[in-house]
Amino acid sequence: MLKIENLTAEIDGKTILNGLSLEVAAGEIHAIMGPNGAGKSTLSYVLGGRPGYEVTGGSVTFRGQDLLDMEPHERAAAGLFLGFQYPVEIPGVSNVQFLREALNAQRKGRGEEPLSGGEFLKVAKEKAALLKLDMDMLKRNVNVGFSGGEKKRAEMVQMGILDPAFAVLDETDSGLDIDALRVVGDGINAIMRDSGKGVLLITHYQRLLDVVKPDKVSILSKGRIVKTGGPDLALRLENEGYDAVMAEPA
Amino acid sequence: MTQDVAFPTRKDEAWRYSDTDTLAGMDLGAFDRWQDIDVPAGETVRETLVISDENSDPDGVELRRLRVKIGKGARFELFGVIAGAQLGRVEVVLTLAEGAHFEMGGITVGGRSTVREFVTRVAHEEPNATSNQIVRSVHWGKGTGNFLGRIDVVRDAQKTDAAQSFKGLLLEKGASVNAVPQLEIFADDVKCEHGASVGQMDENARFYMAARGLSPEASRRLLVQAFIGDALVEVDDEAEQERLLRIALDKLDKHL
Repeated sequence: MLKIENLTAEIDGKTILNGLSLEVAAGEIHAIMGPNGAGKSTLSYVLGGRPGYEVTGGSVTFRGQDLLDMEPHERAAAGLFLGFQYPVEIPGVSNVQFLREALNAQRKGRGEEPLSGGEFLKVAKEKAALLKLDMDMLKRNVNVGFSGGEKKRAEMVQMGILDPAFAVLDETDSGLDIDALRVVGDGINAIMRDSGKGVLLITHYQRLLDVVKPDKVSILSKGRIVKTGGPDLALRLENEGYDAVMAEPA
Repeated sequence: MTQDVAFPTRKDEAWRYSDTDTLAGMDLGAFDRWQDIDVPAGETVRETLVISDENSDPDGVELRRLRVKIGKGARFELFGVIAGAQLGRVEVVLTLAEGAHFEMGGITVGGRSTVREFVTRVAHEEPNATSNQIVRSVHWGKGTGNFLGRIDVVRDAQKTDAAQSFKGLLLEKGASVNAVPQLEIFADDVKCEHGASVGQMDENARFYMAARGLSPEASRRLLVQAFIGDALVEVDDEAEQERLLRIALDKLDKHL
């Protein structure tokens, strides 16, 4: 579904991704773990097409298409969802208006009919309930005045409404207390656990992986994948630390 | 009509950032034409003003002058969009009686080398009156947006509450905005506040919106709509609010 081959990328002339290769098949949740500065967030931004992140080599194929050749909004329409580590506040724009416009822009890009206001609200209500987010929050401006946990839950509500084929979730667990972590984790399972969908789950901690059980775990270090294994790899990282696990021969 | 009036120049404080070159071709008589509005005590009057391509010469001057007297306990609301003419200018000279309120929301949008401006002179002449002026300016190319707002509070006008807010959004290098607040306060128990800021499009927000599927045009339109929406919050008729927004946003769509 997502195939990254020998990807190199830089910011301000500094190489961050350094020959990264990774493949995620449909139906798979693939966790990426790695020490600070390994390039985890850079990977998510490069996949999303953020300006300023320059790809200098390699390729990314998404559902058979050249992902790097698409504009950020075209990637979204193609089914890619980027969950932000720091969701952005947009004063003056309500979640409802923002998400309805976004969803209908994506539908238009795919040649589908737009949803009416009523149809949209029905979907929004259902997803908000799933993530235990008050519907009133969706009437407020995008992320404005939301706590860290509310922002992350709102991200997952957005994901539920947009219903992407593939999600790249960048430290969606950061800033969450234990209860919110479970709600968000259950949300990811409910929305993305599907034989036709895929997830790249970027995280620092094992605790999210207790709720969202990954099929594979890869360690990212110095801009490349240095080890890939099953769910037990994450557990060993938690117990032994990156240095010990990465020091073993591959 | 007085024929001995001379064209204003940039040396005149109220024309400091204006396009006085374009005045040369215009009919001097326009400077004597005022629309007078008297709001009787206790009543509410709303005035909507639009300068657009439909009602102005894109290379000419469009000058609208309002002289307003707001009676005791009365309310006057002025909502305006300046989106047309080489020089589009709205001037308001206004006095408030006791307990009166003046509410203004103004929007300027424009590119090329156009100048679009609100120039207000609000006199609090009796106690307990309030005024609130909000202007939002969005410009590109070499376009300019101005808000020159003077507030006079006479000695007897205690408990005056006057506010001015100006924000400019520059979509391209070369565009500019100017805010000139001028407060002349002779009473001692008053509240007068003014704020002015200028900024550019929030690129973080635009990437966030793109990542959710909005095209660059759609995200810009949404952000500009949110930005200028401040000036129309007090328009209680939703259809009218929508109409004014659309005039401003259409201008933006046409030129970018």
